[in-house]
Amino acid sequence: MELNEALFQFCLRRGDDTHVLSHRLGEWCGHGPVLEEDMALTNRALDLLGQARNYLQYAGQVEGKGRSEDDLAYLRNERGYVNCKLVEQPNGDYAHTIAKCFLFDAWHLPFLKAQLDSKDEQLAAIAGKAVKEATYHLRHSSEWMVRFGDGTEESHQRAQQALHDLWTFTGELFETDEVYTTLQQAGIVPDLGPIKEAFDRTVNEVLAEATLKRPEDEFMASGGRKGQHTEHLGHMLGEMQFLQRAHPGAQW
Amino acid sequence: MSDVKNLEERFQERIDDEQKIEPRDWMPDKYRQNLIRQISQHAHSEVVGMLPEGNWISRAPSLRRKAILLAKIQDEAGHGLYLYSAAETLGVGRDQLIDQLLTGKAKYSSIFNYPSLSWADIGAIGWLVDGAAIMNQVMLTRTSYGPYARAMVRICKEESFHQRQGYEIMSVLASGTEEQKAMAQDALDRWWWPSLMMFGPNDADSAHSAESMKWKIKRESNDELRQRFVDRTVQQAETIGLTVPDPDLKWNEERGHYDFGPIDWDEFWNVVKGNGPCNRDRMKARREAHENGRWVREAAAAHAAKKAARKTAA
Repeated sequence: MELNEALFQFCLRRGDDTHVLSHRLGEWCGHGPVLEEDMALTNRALDLLGQARNYLQYAGQVEGKGRSEDDLAYLRNERGYVNCKLVEQPNGDYAHTIAKCFLFDAWHLPFLKAQLDSKDEQLAAIAGKAVKEATYHLRHSSEWMVRFGDGTEESHQRAQQALHDLWTFTGELFETDEVYTTLQQAGIVPDLGPIKEAFDRTVNEVLAEATLKRPEDEFMASGGRKGQHTEHLGHMLGEMQFLQRAHPGAQW
Repeated sequence: MSDVKNLEERFQERIDDEQKIEPRDWMPDKYRQNLIRQISQHAHSEVVGMLPEGNWISRAPSLRRKAILLAKIQDEAGHGLYLYSAAETLGVGRDQLIDQLLTGKAKYSSIFNYPSLSWADIGAIGWLVDGAAIMNQVMLTRTSYGPYARAMVRICKEESFHQRQGYEIMSVLASGTEEQKAMAQDALDRWWWPSLMMFGPNDADSAHSAESMKWKIKRESNDELRQRFVDRTVQQAETIGLTVPDPDLKWNEERGHYDFGPIDWDEFWNVVKGNGPCNRDRMKARREAHENGRWVREAAAAHAAKKAARKTAA
């Protein structure tokens, strides 16, 4: 695989991961369990959206066909989206939202830290800004996992259920394929081994403090990176892309 | 009795002398109640106001617009927080105030009982609704109660950004495709009159005005603020080629102001009484958020208590 094509695909994956999770968090706006959390989720949605814009702008540049961040976000179909399935899962209750964020953050932060050393300057620069945000995100989601696990019986059960429901989507975070190995050989993306170790460490420590059980690694879902998603993504895109699709070529 | 009278006289002297009243200062009970009502109503408005705009986050037409809208709504949540804190300095808890909102005892700005039906409504809300709110809020930076005045200084800075981004959305739409222009005009047509109603009843009919003016909680009347808003906004509409939906609107050379047509106060009171297009939806959304969040708040409290107990035991 050509390096440039692999780099384009990788930027789309990161752009879609961050954009789709940001979109889900934006759905909470005005409906959070307490005003401070409404703000925290919006803040996180904004950080992720900023990262998504960086990746998608860069993707357009790497591709060299003049596609803008909006062309890539609003005019690709469901089969063209390459985010992991974890981030597209519906919000569910607050425990589901927090557990989804926690599992994402536990992978995202060590990934970004390693991306700081990327031989691709642009990716290293994006990571430089995103690391600070992801550090705060992981702290926020870890604290809530502990509150839920070590809170009331109800919150404990809800958090345990959320982990159980979402665990199957964590395998995809550590998949490699031709895109990934091409970039890894060029020193552009990191070895996933140490990132998986860091993920395991964070998950084990936080869940132990929260008195929650780590689900068994059974069947792991896959397909997101090939554009094969759960049914939820299509509905999200239908809503997200509505204005751009209804008014082709209009400026906003 | 004469002691109280003395206190009231001294209080009024301080107000007349432009001194700020602070939380520990003596104040007449009615001043306190009036402020609690006004500040909490303002806080509730910020929080309920997140709903019509939140309605378009998932459909924002570009990533840049989506980022701006998220930031704006986040500001509003922040304004809600400062205002609840300002109200707390008067001896009433946030829980109690939220309870008053959810039981319908406390009001919020009626403007948020109108629906946001197109992307242009996001422009109109920023331009007209935030624009009208700013008129009131700039005045409130000089209100007599210190914590409220200080909260307002910070809020005004952010609101003027909100107003500008709303106007920018409208101006882009107004110079866009025919469909976009129609969308912008339709939004102006629907939001214009409700925005004028935001300033409240005419001065002669305003229940709380006289006392609020005497205590300098308010410093300008509803009608003065409304006139200033009209004068400024009509020109802005002309600049981007939109038409204000008022056949009676005319520049009055002698007054140096625009004359404008009569406001439909029946509609206003109807919406205040709960019969606006979205009153039920807004309250339902707030109640559901509160109910669905109950176990979350309980978990946080239970965990904090366990942690404290462990610390004591150790």
